[in-house]
Amino acid sequence: MARQLSRRRFIVHTLAASTLTVAAPLGCDASPAEGAEPTSGPSDVLVTGTDDEMLVLEVTAANKVVVRLPRVEVGQGITTAVAMMIAEELDARLADVEIPLAEARTRGNQFTGGSNSVGSLYGPARALAATARAKLVTAASRRWHVPPGKLHTRDTMVVAPDGRTAMFGSLTAAAARIHRPAVSTDPKPASRHRVIGRPTSRIDARDIVTGRAKYTGDLAVAGAKPTVVARPPTLGGKVRSLDDRAARALPGVHAVVRIEGGVAVVADTFHHAFKARDALRITWSPGPLAALSDVDVRARLRAAVPPLGTPLLGTRQVGGEFEFAFVGHAPMEVLTAVADVREHSAEIWFSSQTPMDARDTIASATGLPASKVRVHVLRGGGSFGRRLTYDAAVEAALVSKAARRPVKLMWSRSDDMRHGRMRPASHHRIRASHAGGRVVAFTHMTASVSESYEKPGVTAQGGVTAMGARAGGPLPSDSGLYNFGRVSGDSGSVGLAMPLGAWRSVDSGTMRTAEEIVVDDIARSLGQDPVAFRRTTLRGKAVRAVLDRVADAGHWGRSMPDGHAQGVAVHEEYGSCVACLVEIDARDPKNPRVTKVVMAADVGTAVNPRGLEAQLMGTAVDGISTVLTAGLHLDRGAVREGSFADFHWARHRHAPLHFEAHIMPSGGDPGGAGELGVPAAAGAVANAYARATGTRPRRFPISF
Amino acid sequence: MPSYSFVLNGKQVTVEAPADMPLLWVLRDLLEVTGPKYGCGVGVCRACTSHLDGAEFQPCVVPVADCASREVTTIEGLADGDRLHPVQQAWLDCDVSQCGFCQPGQIMAAAALLKKTPNPTDTDIDRIENVCRCGTYSRIREAIKKASVQG
Repeated sequence: MARQLSRRRFIVHTLAASTLTVAAPLGCDASPAEGAEPTSGPSDVLVTGTDDEMLVLEVTAANKVVVRLPRVEVGQGITTAVAMMIAEELDARLADVEIPLAEARTRGNQFTGGSNSVGSLYGPARALAATARAKLVTAASRRWHVPPGKLHTRDTMVVAPDGRTAMFGSLTAAAARIHRPAVSTDPKPASRHRVIGRPTSRIDARDIVTGRAKYTGDLAVAGAKPTVVARPPTLGGKVRSLDDRAARALPGVHAVVRIEGGVAVVADTFHHAFKARDALRITWSPGPLAALSDVDVRARLRAAVPPLGTPLLGTRQVGGEFEFAFVGHAPMEVLTAVADVREHSAEIWFSSQTPMDARDTIASATGLPASKVRVHVLRGGGSFGRRLTYDAAVEAALVSKAARRPVKLMWSRSDDMRHGRMRPASHHRIRASHAGGRVVAFTHMTASVSESYEKPGVTAQGGVTAMGARAGGPLPSDSGLYNFGRVSGDSGSVGLAMPLGAWRSVDSGTMRTAEEIVVDDIARSLGQDPVAFRRTTLRGKAVRAVLDRVADAGHWGRSMPDGHAQGVAVHEEYGSCVACLVEIDARDPKNPRVTKVVMAADVGTAVNPRGLEAQLMGTAVDGISTVLTAGLHLDRGAVREGSFADFHWARHRHAPLHFEAHIMPSGGDPGGAGELGVPAAAGAVANAYARATGTRPRRFPISF
Repeated sequence: MPSYSFVLNGKQVTVEAPADMPLLWVLRDLLEVTGPKYGCGVGVCRACTSHLDGAEFQPCVVPVADCASREVTTIEGLADGDRLHPVQQAWLDCDVSQCGFCQPGQIMAAAALLKKTPNPTDTDIDRIENVCRCGTYSRIREAIKKASVQG
């Protein structure tokens, strides 16, 4: 993973405005947007621009630096990371940088996913701020008649050698008229970074701890009325008959609306809405999976895994079959959307990773032109992939249209658990062949459930089917992480009419977890230590380095009492790599406790090491939960779990008593980090559990 | 419609609401106090955790009638004006929050714990039931210990 800082240049445009406003295309190969003028170009005509396809920075007269971000904040800390990039290159105080979320645009890249945000914004954001700084310095130089090279910048102001200062806000009008900056517009070399790379607290932390942070459900916009939906007991069940007289007769009830997913009730408060929902007399016809339970899904998956073929002659085989249950995304904030659909236009407020797709889908669902649909993007209370689709927003729009009033539609927690989406269940058949103490072939065959409906493309909720989660990358087993000779793999699938979705780390969360378990098994079979075996078979220097770091910091191999053990695993993806070492107390094998987690990550430049540590901490809990306790059962076409009472996500008593993360100081372009840790954490937990109990867990979560 | 009076974040309030209306919806939908969050409605996830007469409770399962003439404190009422409560300050110092949605409830649970148990052990902290789906538990533990030293 040799990494160099990319030398590609980001063209920065100046947009006509009375305040300094600059824009950089997102994506290095994008051509300049219409109406925008490259600052390096010969023209000195300023034109009106559009922020489509652009990251736009404005310096306001009130001395604020505002960057409207075409991404969503769902807890990953992207607004803080971008604010740091801007503050770095502008020499602005972090507190003066504001990162509101952009509403849905008509063109460009507004997708939040694939652990891609920091990587895709790192170049444009810094180029943008560096250009703005150069213009502000030039404006100050002209005002003071001081050579620009004698000026410097700090704390959102330009400083002259004689001590005079000018806040950026006081220079912004003059800077807006600067076409050719008199100082360099190049971003700083990393050696001069003072903000990037420094552990920094979240810019929205105070709003959160005081209860001021606003999520969709907290909005009082447009007088939207609380709305909930009665949903069928089985996945995809349909209303056979509806008697809503009792519900409509209740106080505070405004409308009852039949939608694809069930029956919506619009009321004065959520209390009234839930009461009226419960008063609906509905008979349901069973959904298409009413004959299907977990045991059937598992059998069909097993049958769908392509055969391993014949092993090489003269080799010994290690491996096994692995099963992973469905897992809900279960973000703390259930799906919520405010919709105000009028005859000729619509406005929607919700948290979306894909607001442009959402706008187009809502437009076609409501019969409006896309240009008449505004989608406001709100911060989300967690996502983990759940907000890639926009099920609640489509429902809210349709209910608003039918009820002719603005609505605030919220899924209940039981809706969230029982009606998806979920990480698909999967089955894995892995075989490693070794001879002469070396692995000479490694095969990973898999099958997972895929979303399949009779009506193509449309789910029970009226949203789109889960998106192709992996952006065309190789299967993890093809990635050449290990020197395992001939590596091969293939996959099958079982199409079912159920709402699925990409779940943090997508296929790697199951595939790479299973592989890391097999790596431990190979080491055992060869009589080698799991860390020593990995160290000699991993290909990359960077991944060996993170492994060494956790082995060292976590005191790999220290003696542990009976029923306790350590476990280790590594992963490489998104241009980054990670290792995880855990210690588990499995004296009671039914109630194991991960007591300690040590992780090390190499993500290139870690823009905010404190944010990266938080992401790793979260993935550790993902690994603990999905391996030990958290999953969804399918019983005769219905999801059994209905809340956090039976969907056993880790609580305080399951979280490690000690967590530490080590960030490798490697520099270079930033890789992805938000999903990176999941497979390593899950693999390490499974391996520790196996070593502590002397068992070979093969079905996850192990409590299933 | 019956009417209920109680003290909310230090101020007397009166609402007209059905007796069985959970306080959470009284707070959120009638009084526009949105710090306490809906996460399950059955007292399990505890995202709505607030204080009733100084003790932790879950407004999603307590009807407004049971709160009459009592003192309700939500996350909005924890700080003393601009002066944060030591638990809130510890949350900032440890940069606990990720998505932030459960944190008002986590903070209120921690503040209630520290009131009862000024120097909580790991076992005491383990008893907190509030779910954090982002997995910030380690930083919450660190912040509670920090607040207990400062408090």
